[in-house]
Amino acid sequence: MPSTTVAASQSETWSLRLKDAGFWADWAALVGLIVLVIVFEVANPTFLSAGNIQSILLGAAILIILSIGQTFVIATAGIDLSIASVMTLGAVVFGQAYSRGWGLVPSSILAVGTGGVVGVINGLLVAKGKITDFIVTLGTLSAASGAALILADGKPVTIINTSLLQLSTGGLGVLGWTFIIAAIFAVVAHVTLFHTRFGTHVLATGGSPEAANATGISTERIKIAVYTISGLLAGFGAILLIARIGAAEPAANTSFLLNSVAAVVLGGVSLFGGRATIVGPVLGALLLTVLVNGLTLLGVSQFYQPLSVGIVVVLAALLTRYQR
Amino acid sequence: MTNPALAAGSEGILLDVDNVSLAFGSVQALRDVSLTARAGEITALVGDNGAGKSTLVRCICGIHRPDAGFMTFNGTKLDLSSPEDAREAGIETVHQNLALVEDLTVWQNLFLNRELVRRIGPIAFLDRRAMQRRAQEMVSTLAVNVPPVQSRVRRLSGGQRQAVAICRAQGFSSKFVIMDEPTAALGVQESAKVEELILKLRDDGHAVLLISHNFDQVMRLSDQVWVMRASRCVGGRRTDKTTGQEIVALVTGALAA
Repeated sequence: MPSTTVAASQSETWSLRLKDAGFWADWAALVGLIVLVIVFEVANPTFLSAGNIQSILLGAAILIILSIGQTFVIATAGIDLSIASVMTLGAVVFGQAYSRGWGLVPSSILAVGTGGVVGVINGLLVAKGKITDFIVTLGTLSAASGAALILADGKPVTIINTSLLQLSTGGLGVLGWTFIIAAIFAVVAHVTLFHTRFGTHVLATGGSPEAANATGISTERIKIAVYTISGLLAGFGAILLIARIGAAEPAANTSFLLNSVAAVVLGGVSLFGGRATIVGPVLGALLLTVLVNGLTLLGVSQFYQPLSVGIVVVLAALLTRYQR
Repeated sequence: MTNPALAAGSEGILLDVDNVSLAFGSVQALRDVSLTARAGEITALVGDNGAGKSTLVRCICGIHRPDAGFMTFNGTKLDLSSPEDAREAGIETVHQNLALVEDLTVWQNLFLNRELVRRIGPIAFLDRRAMQRRAQEMVSTLAVNVPPVQSRVRRLSGGQRQAVAICRAQGFSSKFVIMDEPTAALGVQESAKVEELILKLRDDGHAVLLISHNFDQVMRLSDQVWVMRASRCVGGRRTDKTTGQEIVALVTGALAA
């Protein structure tokens, strides 16, 4: 087919898409992000200053990484409620190892490994144990935060490490290292989801487990794999969390759980599985970070932030009704 | 068990099911079921709901494992532990519920778990372009109009979906295609088109096992009919040597085989 006709038919489909509510549902995060940026910039011109952009991207990095993990799980019609607690557990494991003189790299590997192990347990319970995703991860949510409290004896451990400090303060221009890392994860995740057999099988497992099984795809293995990915990414998030706050705390981090699910929903990923993008949840994570950052900049009380996040997420969920 | 149909000779037999039994707990779903299907023929399997047709199909396509009995395919004993094994042996199934993933595109469904990949170093990347091109070729051979292979299956009509499912089954050098009530959910015109596809499948050299409730359809399409009743295969007839009434009588049990 000559390329000109392709271009013509594409512009035609674009104009069609703009009239389609499903298109807006798919791109809710991008549209919302643009609207918020314009509103905040008009209200406070320091919003788009280099310093503030840098802090938004830095603030979004951990949420982006968690949202990617959550996306893989939700793409299979599951949900990982334990994601933030696993991050907490990873951070505490890191803190305990580091304070015993294990050094940065072994401690980091241990944190990621801990996340991976909890992920495998989640996956096995869901796939082999045939227990609902919601219940399994609700259980590991509690178990992981409990384990974190026990390990840390309820006390935070201060982590002083120049490399970690560098990680959270340095970068290329406005792009902090942690954001660059998150962006690399996003690219790898996108390629995995759309350009590998595994990615197609993840979407097939979420879209129709019967059909996937009938073609010989092991949906059990896919389920175990996505929870492992989610756990590993939570473990990785733990390292960035420590770099950011300079301590390993056995804190609950509940907002990370809610925001990771919210970012995925904002990103147009179907909670029923089978439809997912990586760009969407990344934009969703950015939107949520921008929302909180902008409200803080405008001097709105912190108490209003969870309320506003909730409203935005419910609105996005309403929009997804128009997805087909 | 001896059958008059077998007397015609055993040459050309592609699938031989020999005294297969299967129980789910205390429910005996299949009792000593024996039947054969020949290469290049449409073999029909009829029977009431719950007679065991779908269970038998699930054994042949690797979903269930028989408790007893043998299945021979193309001269070798079938030992299937998964649908993947059946597909590798050359047995493709068009399931009643179609087994298409609605949220994936036509080409993704055609190549599901058969994806073409290009290796770059240790990583295998999907060859999306090659799959789309080949999918377009596969679909263009159909008598049914199917929208572009990039569209999601969700947007397809029942007949189009069935066409895609059949298309997937006939590709990939399959020898034997099982169709579980392919026209049950379709309108008159769509059914006619799907019937054309089934005949074309046979003319292209595939053996077809057709499970159907529609006796007219069975009489129209098949070369051989097997009847199941209450977990047993109660008889078989050459289609040109029987009548619709005789088949109905066998199904209901009014006539003993």
